[in-house]
Amino acid sequence: MAQSFDVIVLGGGPAGYVCAIRCAQLGLATAVVEQEKLGGVCVNIGCIPTKALLHSAYIANLLKESKEFGVEAGSVTTDYGVAMKRSRRVSDQNSKGVEFLMKKNKITVVKGTGVLQPGRKVKVGSDVYEAKKAVVIATGSRVKGIPQIGLEINKTTVISSDEALLLEKIPASLAIIGAGAVGMEFADIFNAFGVKVTVIEALPRILPLEDAEASDTLNKSYRKRGIEVIAGAKVTKATVGKDKVTLDVEAGGEKKQVTAAAVLMAAGRAVNIENIGLKECGIQLTERGFIKVDKNLQTSTAGYYAIGDVAGPPMLAHKGSREGIVVAELIAGQKPHPIKYDNVPSVTYCHPEVASIGLTEDQCKEKKLDYVAGKFPFSANGRARGTGETEGFVKILRDKKYGEILGAHIVGSHASEMIHELAVARENEYTVEEVELAIHAHPTMSEATAQAALDSLGRVIDT
Amino acid sequence: MATKVHMEALSPTMEEGRLVKWTKHEGDPVKSGDTLAEVETDKAVMELVARADGQLIKVMVPEGTTVPVGNIVAWIGKPGEKVDGAGSTEQGAAAPKPAPATASPKLASAPAPIPVAAPADATRVKASPLAKRIAKEVGVDLKLVQGSGPGGRVVKRDVEGGAAQARAVATPAPSSVLRAPSGVPFEDVPLTQIRKTIAKRLAASLGPIPHFFLTTEIDMERAAEAREALNKQLGEAGGKISFNDIVIKAVALALVQHRACNAWFQEDHIRYWNEVHIGMAVAIEDGLITPVIRNADMKSLREISAESRELAGRARNRRLKPEEYTGATFSVSNLGMFDIDHFTAVINPPESGIVAIGSIAAQAVADGDRVVVRRRMRATMSCDHRVIDGATGAAYMRTLKQMLENPLAMLL
Repeated sequence: MAQSFDVIVLGGGPAGYVCAIRCAQLGLATAVVEQEKLGGVCVNIGCIPTKALLHSAYIANLLKESKEFGVEAGSVTTDYGVAMKRSRRVSDQNSKGVEFLMKKNKITVVKGTGVLQPGRKVKVGSDVYEAKKAVVIATGSRVKGIPQIGLEINKTTVISSDEALLLEKIPASLAIIGAGAVGMEFADIFNAFGVKVTVIEALPRILPLEDAEASDTLNKSYRKRGIEVIAGAKVTKATVGKDKVTLDVEAGGEKKQVTAAAVLMAAGRAVNIENIGLKECGIQLTERGFIKVDKNLQTSTAGYYAIGDVAGPPMLAHKGSREGIVVAELIAGQKPHPIKYDNVPSVTYCHPEVASIGLTEDQCKEKKLDYVAGKFPFSANGRARGTGETEGFVKILRDKKYGEILGAHIVGSHASEMIHELAVARENEYTVEEVELAIHAHPTMSEATAQAALDSLGRVIDT
Repeated sequence: MATKVHMEALSPTMEEGRLVKWTKHEGDPVKSGDTLAEVETDKAVMELVARADGQLIKVMVPEGTTVPVGNIVAWIGKPGEKVDGAGSTEQGAAAPKPAPATASPKLASAPAPIPVAAPADATRVKASPLAKRIAKEVGVDLKLVQGSGPGGRVVKRDVEGGAAQARAVATPAPSSVLRAPSGVPFEDVPLTQIRKTIAKRLAASLGPIPHFFLTTEIDMERAAEAREALNKQLGEAGGKISFNDIVIKAVALALVQHRACNAWFQEDHIRYWNEVHIGMAVAIEDGLITPVIRNADMKSLREISAESRELAGRARNRRLKPEEYTGATFSVSNLGMFDIDHFTAVINPPESGIVAIGSIAAQAVADGDRVVVRRRMRATMSCDHRVIDGATGAAYMRTLKQMLENPLAMLL
């Protein structure tokens, strides 16, 4: 007889494990099927280890400038292998943490590859598990190469973030294809460890989804640190050798060759939808290849839900986690607060950090919105001057008529932490006035947020 | 020694109370906890109870008197015990003032005066700062908006766009006869504290639906002329337009201007309909059924005429589908053809109102200092007091009367 649960979650990443915990909290007997380590890409080969490495990069850069602060660090040397091993420990701790959470919430973890079957069943190896209420698909995504131009991931000279995170030794030079969050973060890391980095982006600017001013600020900062950035570029040909790769690049009407010891593919991710029994269960896909879901995240087959990367963009851990919670509550018969997909913060943890929420200024223009941009540079912020982190700004896009916060963009050393003030504001429909009226402690980086709000009202104090 | 009975603060915000009725009288034995009197506070009528055992030996204030909290209203003591008279120093400057004669609680007239003021907190609306700003700009009354945010909070999507604008013009502006097609059939408004109190008290006192009735006499001379002209125009081809058709059209159009009467009482909220669906009472062999003319405000007299005849025919043959006799937002009952001058109709819940139409009869009426003969009709609106207050219903009836007396207004 098939073992039976109320809910079976396929995939133990940030969407799946959070969904499972919420299900368990709501009294549902829950199982998670995971073929690798709990925590998924995020914990093991994504968000968490890169943040550990980025901190190593931060320390390296900090020490290079420490003399100015009256701290003599001598000659600074770096060892990527050591940093990598530390990042692995951080990942393992986090994965074990998820394991502990599964036990604590009495969630059954089934090791293996799950395949969906009709009738809310999941087959793992020769065992079949049955879900009385629902099956939740949270199989996530993986990095993808561009085989069309000869850049298939070979794990030696053409690598993905999966390999980059496990390198014992760094390459002398690295070409990074794709200047989204992943590409930009690795460029930051490897540059700090002394690698000659070239970032190649097909779209006209780096961090193409962010506000143009954020891209410009990053572009300047990267160039200053010796990172070569080629935007609006097309890789026409790739010649993959044993210990080097040569790329033919066309950008701005010019042709040039980029040769590097390795190429890191950071140009998008592919969702894990193959061989998991979607077709057999009648579960349809969207035109873009994601699992098709309704507004309750239910797939085209009743009783099967999809959350996280497989359910469509943005492919962000925090978006997946929230979907997990919402689906769990729906399955339990509750009426969860609907997800505001236009209020998901986006963060790139390079230096300086880039964080944003809502619309960019270009999007405001496209939508023909009547808006005012309020901006405050960290160069005018006392705290930022004190720490020498004066790069960047806070920009708030305010609807002219009602003061709605249409979008907010922060570039600066603590942007990832600062964005949430504006996320809370937007979630609760505070206008710029409410943000400004809240007293901000002095001296803090966050004062720049209040000042940007004031600037959008034409009454900035500190510039 | 005798014990004083004070006017107590029976609600947190109460500053004075009106002594509605003494339930114990001088000489009655009382026990601690017994109800001595009914006191009307700022929110409701509450009971004033005895705090001592003995006899109600002295009543200090007559019924209908408003007394500040803390003042002595009576004494409880041993039979025959003497207490200070009305000249008690504790009464001080704030001597009980007799209520104006019109406020006599003994006249049980309907509609009853509603003994509640509007305390500020009862009308507090949960709304986001952005929604408040938009509502202010667009002119939407947030109290009328059903919030869709957490805990019923009114958020941007509830106040923006066409729905809100239609609401904004539909509520205060009675100038336009036509309703804007908003795409939103109705709006649920949670019951405020006051509304809840009204609902509970009136229902408890008058039965499940607290009815009250408003009658007005309408001059149908011009409607009759219009009907004759229209029927002449239609000739033999078209079916004849009846007085009932004209009444239905006028009732529906008047409701567009008085959305407060086009509503369903739904226990914890009131559903204010933006659409107007008129139930038309039709007598059938063993009872009564009310087929519904949907969107009657938007239909021509000819359409109403054809539809009502067809529906009534099928109603008598018991061939109506359920959806054809449910979902009315307001009803009309007409017994004019039975030569009934005037009657009151029973509300068909969850609707809040019904208009009873009497016969049209020639009557001698004063026109200045002359006596003229005019065709007159009496219409009586039954109102559900939980939803419609006296003045609200009266305002509706005035519009209905104006429309029927000046049928050209319906063409505006």
